Amino acid sequence: MSRFLRVSVIAAIGFGQGAVAQDTLGLGRDALPEEVAAWDIDVRPDGLGLPVGSGDVYTGEEVFVAKCASCHGDFGEAVGRWPVLAGGQGSLQNRDPVKTIGSYWPYLSTVYDYVNRAMPFGESQSLEPDEIYAITAYLLYLNDMVDEDFTLDNENFTEIEMPNAGNFFMDDRAEVEMPIFSAEACMANCKDSVEITMHASVLDVTPQTQDDDAAPAAEPTPVEEAVATVDPALIAAGESVFRQCKACHQVGDGATNRTGPQLNDLVGRTIGGIDGFRYSRGFADAAEAGDVWNDENLAAFLANPRDAMPGTKMSFRGLGDAEDIAAVLAYISQFSE
Amino acid sequence: MSKIFKGTKPSRRSFLRGALAGGGALAGGAAWADADPAIVEKQPWNQYLGDGVDARPYGVPSKFEEHVRRQDVPWLTADPISSVNFTPLHELDGIITPNGLCFERHHAGIAEVDPAQHRLMINGLVDRPLVFTMQDLMRFPRENHVYFLECAANSGMEWAGAQLNGCQFTHGMIHNVMYTGVPLRLLLAEAGVKTEGKWIMVEGADASGMNRSIPMEKALDDCMIAFKMNGEALRPEQGYPVRLVVPGWEGNMWVKWIRRIEVGDKPWHAREETSKYTDLLPDGQARRFTWEMDAKSVITNPSPQAPITHGPGHTVLTGVAWSGRGTIPRVDVTLDGGINWQPARMSGPSFDKSMHRFYFDFDWDGKPLLLQSRAHDSTGYVQPTKDQLRAIRGENSIYHNNGIQTWAVNEQGVAENVEIS
Repeated sequence: MSRFLRVSVIAAIGFGQGAVAQDTLGLGRDALPEEVAAWDIDVRPDGLGLPVGSGDVYTGEEVFVAKCASCHGDFGEAVGRWPVLAGGQGSLQNRDPVKTIGSYWPYLSTVYDYVNRAMPFGESQSLEPDEIYAITAYLLYLNDMVDEDFTLDNENFTEIEMPNAGNFFMDDRAEVEMPIFSAEACMANCKDSVEITMHASVLDVTPQTQDDDAAPAAEPTPVEEAVATVDPALIAAGESVFRQCKACHQVGDGATNRTGPQLNDLVGRTIGGIDGFRYSRGFADAAEAGDVWNDENLAAFLANPRDAMPGTKMSFRGLGDAEDIAAVLAYISQFSE
Repeated sequence: MSKIFKGTKPSRRSFLRGALAGGGALAGGAAWADADPAIVEKQPWNQYLGDGVDARPYGVPSKFEEHVRRQDVPWLTADPISSVNFTPLHELDGIITPNGLCFERHHAGIAEVDPAQHRLMINGLVDRPLVFTMQDLMRFPRENHVYFLECAANSGMEWAGAQLNGCQFTHGMIHNVMYTGVPLRLLLAEAGVKTEGKWIMVEGADASGMNRSIPMEKALDDCMIAFKMNGEALRPEQGYPVRLVVPGWEGNMWVKWIRRIEVGDKPWHAREETSKYTDLLPDGQARRFTWEMDAKSVITNPSPQAPITHGPGHTVLTGVAWSGRGTIPRVDVTLDGGINWQPARMSGPSFDKSMHRFYFDFDWDGKPLLLQSRAHDSTGYVQPTKDQLRAIRGENSIYHNNGIQTWAVNEQGVAENVEIS
């Protein structure tokens, strides 16, 4: 940039504070093209940023069931309070609108951009472009926007129009609300009478106060002597590996079932044996057979969950590194009686 | 309902506090029957030595204040990692929120970023794509500003009616902090924005890669890249080592752990400005880019978590008010559900796009109260009632609920979240 241009930019942004034209400070350094390429992952509605690639509905279903369905459901219907991704068309004026990709999202690029940057939850930026195109194609299919033989790629991507795209408009509060809400405020005898029309206590959804929480104070889980002989560095490494698990699993004091079952007392526990957790078929069968988790079958399951337990809902590709498996097992084993 | 969701009643602690405060109910000249043990008996701290100066190298609040903490609402979200907790407004005074009590909202948990490994990149429609280290950022001229940060979803659970009993839960997705940082315009000038650059996209380094589009006019106006809050380094949960400050605009745009700014000619329509943070109206249409936070206020004391425990007599009512469009020169308070209003007393500094503190001191006759506050901002905007908002926006817009809050106080001083005619 010429010196003239730079000076004019600064002057233009001085906002009338008597800005004095100045040169730049010479701070920072040039970003290398490969550095920009590594971070510049965003995708815009006009296709800016889309990488070369393609994926079809069929592949998308496989990837989605493996990596997304544990939270979003096999058909985008969602598990628990995780986001619903499909359906809801025609519901936006209802009392309880269902805002999904098909019913609400104005641009398909948002799906690609978001899945690429933030999904799967707990393993962000791990998907290849072809997988993201495939997932996106499957999500279009789930929302009845394409047929089952559809293939999405960087060429046809911007041709897809989202059904609700036309129903967004720029914030108009300044025109619509400001005049109404800038009227003179009444100060005296503003109404004849006042009635209470609704009590929050009727709904009864306020969380406990800290005082109430304090009663059942959780005792720290004592570390068994046998566990104490395990290398603390291995446990620390396991804690780090466990970050990949904790989006769905809890372990330790007060651990409860989330998307996955809680993992306290895991070794020696009946496989599929937590009451009240909805296991997939294979786990239910194992529970019936009385199978028990041990270091060996846990290691096999963690190495490749879908091979070890076909049909498992756990959308995790597995730990490739035997050291990671040993570490995470050491970490989890701390939380055993 | 499971027991987690049971209604908030005045806690044992607040009753205890009332009892300890003692004389309140006896005010007006009543005599003590017996001498106060707090005076005539020695307390341990009167006699024995306390900790030395080496005991608390980073100080924490008194053990008697352990109940003052952020709290979440478990049923709100699928998971505590992508969730929110709430500032205990009813325990605070003045205008500054202490760092450890600033509400948290993360989309992929708290990123623990090593500042030595953190970089801020500017790319896109600039003359020179640049990379800054933290050390580089600290060499730019700095400014200090106090701003509120309010989540657009603050009070979002109240659209369909009174739901949560406590201003912590109804209004606690807000904090007010003094930031130290660098004006964003200085960083952009360093890279040289091309004439077609009308928008920026800001992006975080956490596992959600949070990204939002911001118009260039705002970016060049008062946005900051901040590395200090209330004088010390940002807390990890607030974006350590560096976050974006977007004064007066919805909190989601204040990207934490900011690592990249891309300059473009159009907005990106990221997930957080399409699927989320758009305001669905009754006709099925939705407002987008509703950035500014409308003027709003809430009475923090008394409130459901902070009942009146001293009985009738002189009573301090207090609360906070703020506007994304300027300052708050005036707040009105009503004790009778909006039949009659009186101006509250403003106290403390009045900064642009900052929280303001108001007080209303009155002689409580012990009869039930319907308390409301109504903020006026420096543009002349007056905080609307919830029904006025619903008339325009319906009940499904989730975001930007700045309607007037009502607390019903009974003869015992217990306060409840209600809606009134």
